[in-house]
Amino acid sequence: MKRLLKIYMEKPELAALVLLVLLVVVFQVKSDGIFLNANNLRGILGILPEIGLMVIGVTILMICGEFDLSVGSVFALMPMTMAVLMADGAPFILAFIAGMAASAAIGFVNGFLTIKYNIPSFITTLGMLFIARSLTIVISGGFPPLLPNDLPNWLFTVFVGPGELFRMSFVWFVLVAVLASLMMSRTNFGNWIRATGGFLPAAQAMGIPTARVKIACFMLCSMLAGFAGMIQVLRLGSPLPSIGEGWELQAVAAAVIGGTALSGGIGAVLGGVIGAILIRVIDNGLVLSQVDANWFKFAIGFLTIFAVVVNTWLGKRAKAIKVET
Amino acid sequence: MTQPIISVRNLHKWYSGVHALKGVSLDFSPNEAVGLIGDNGAGKSTLINILSGAQQASEGEIFLDNQKVSIRNPRDAMDLGIETIYQYNSMVPTMSIARNMFIGREPLKFSMLGLGAMDHRKMAEESVAAIAGAGLHLRSPDALVGELSGGQRQGVAIARAMHFKSKVMILDEPTNHLAVKETNKVIDFVQSLKDLNITGIFISHNIHHVFECCDRIVAMARGEVVLDKRTTDTNMDEVLDVL
Repeated sequence: MKRLLKIYMEKPELAALVLLVLLVVVFQVKSDGIFLNANNLRGILGILPEIGLMVIGVTILMICGEFDLSVGSVFALMPMTMAVLMADGAPFILAFIAGMAASAAIGFVNGFLTIKYNIPSFITTLGMLFIARSLTIVISGGFPPLLPNDLPNWLFTVFVGPGELFRMSFVWFVLVAVLASLMMSRTNFGNWIRATGGFLPAAQAMGIPTARVKIACFMLCSMLAGFAGMIQVLRLGSPLPSIGEGWELQAVAAAVIGGTALSGGIGAVLGGVIGAILIRVIDNGLVLSQVDANWFKFAIGFLTIFAVVVNTWLGKRAKAIKVET
Repeated sequence: MTQPIISVRNLHKWYSGVHALKGVSLDFSPNEAVGLIGDNGAGKSTLINILSGAQQASEGEIFLDNQKVSIRNPRDAMDLGIETIYQYNSMVPTMSIARNMFIGREPLKFSMLGLGAMDHRKMAEESVAAIAGAGLHLRSPDALVGELSGGQRQGVAIARAMHFKSKVMILDEPTNHLAVKETNKVIDFVQSLKDLNITGIFISHNIHHVFECCDRIVAMARGEVVLDKRTTDTNMDEVLDVL
């Protein structure tokens, strides 16, 4: 029993999960039962995958001990690349591959510069935040191109599921979340990521190719952000160059709320997913509860700090529970 | 002296102008415990880093079982049967014992290009067995290494090195940060290596520890070997003199 309690208290995503349940109950009551009805859930679940996919990448990269501020810009650059190519007559699939390649390239550059010159990824990716955003606007020519009519919306944005409760993007989100979770917990690569972020000298001493592991995580993070951006553009029907602004920090906040440590080695994909859901729930719930929507950022900020404080406290309490090792 | 298991010939190492190793040649016999001592900057860490693959020699050769080998990274060293136990031990505190045991060498159920699904059951079973084999009593392989004491961690590191059937075990200042009781355990362990036919190279600042458990003393100073004698043929004063 004690052992079980200890194990759960050490789960970094626990605090976020409890908060999520609490908030859902509060919003459900405050909104007179509207919060959990089908129409509103459709609204929450329809947008969730876009931040959610980004958060999965950011979470894994943070577990690996690095940091990516450029995801919000890549979120815009990837679909803009696609839109420009498609406006020139390229088919969707080619444009998609080019967009993903561009995202991967940005991730590679982020990782390569960070490792090669041993600079904090905060700096590299801060630079990339500006560069990628600027490129987005430059290639759009200041005026977003029109999207063709024959896009595969059935694959990404149409409503599906029981009662058409969610969009196809939600299926992608769940699929990626499950795969990413399995990768972290079940594969040797997941083990390497955690070791690299947890204690770099040990990972190196045990012969893990830490540079390659980190670069792979940077690339994965960028590609997920680009993919998420494409989904948003398909949903909106127009490649706005300003999408994703400020999302990089929301993504970090979601990962942190979900129990991922900025210092690396600690965290879980599930935690990031819960963090992302929390952000969507707060955004939506505040409006439904007729609270001034400007409190949204306050709530995210408060939650970020609160989650870390609670996690630290829980961790200390868990340590104090003595079980035989 | 029997056929050496591992030999280094004329090893040199320069760090941008600093000549850290000046042509070191040494032989290590099987089932011999060698104490390597020297002051900071004497070159002993450099020598050990070269053997464990953390650094590469600027010049010189390494032989294992009379075969010339090249050790380009830690993985090469481990594949050759050279395991290293480090001062700031090579454990990730935020990971479980079982995961730490197999970092970089995870048993896989299936794999593609070296990546694949870990065999968690095998990892748990083998780490329990390995830890018990090292004389340590830990109930769960799922406990985080961060919750273990320094001595327990060093015990897990030793269990790991034993599990992978090393021929040569390098212990780089393994007794730093350890309590007296735990230090004695490590010293007992170095003495027991002989019975397992494993060559032990024990690096320490503490000359008493080295004399207690090693058959042979190698002292280094300013990048050179300045003394190389059987423990029975020398004494602490002589060693301190040359350092």
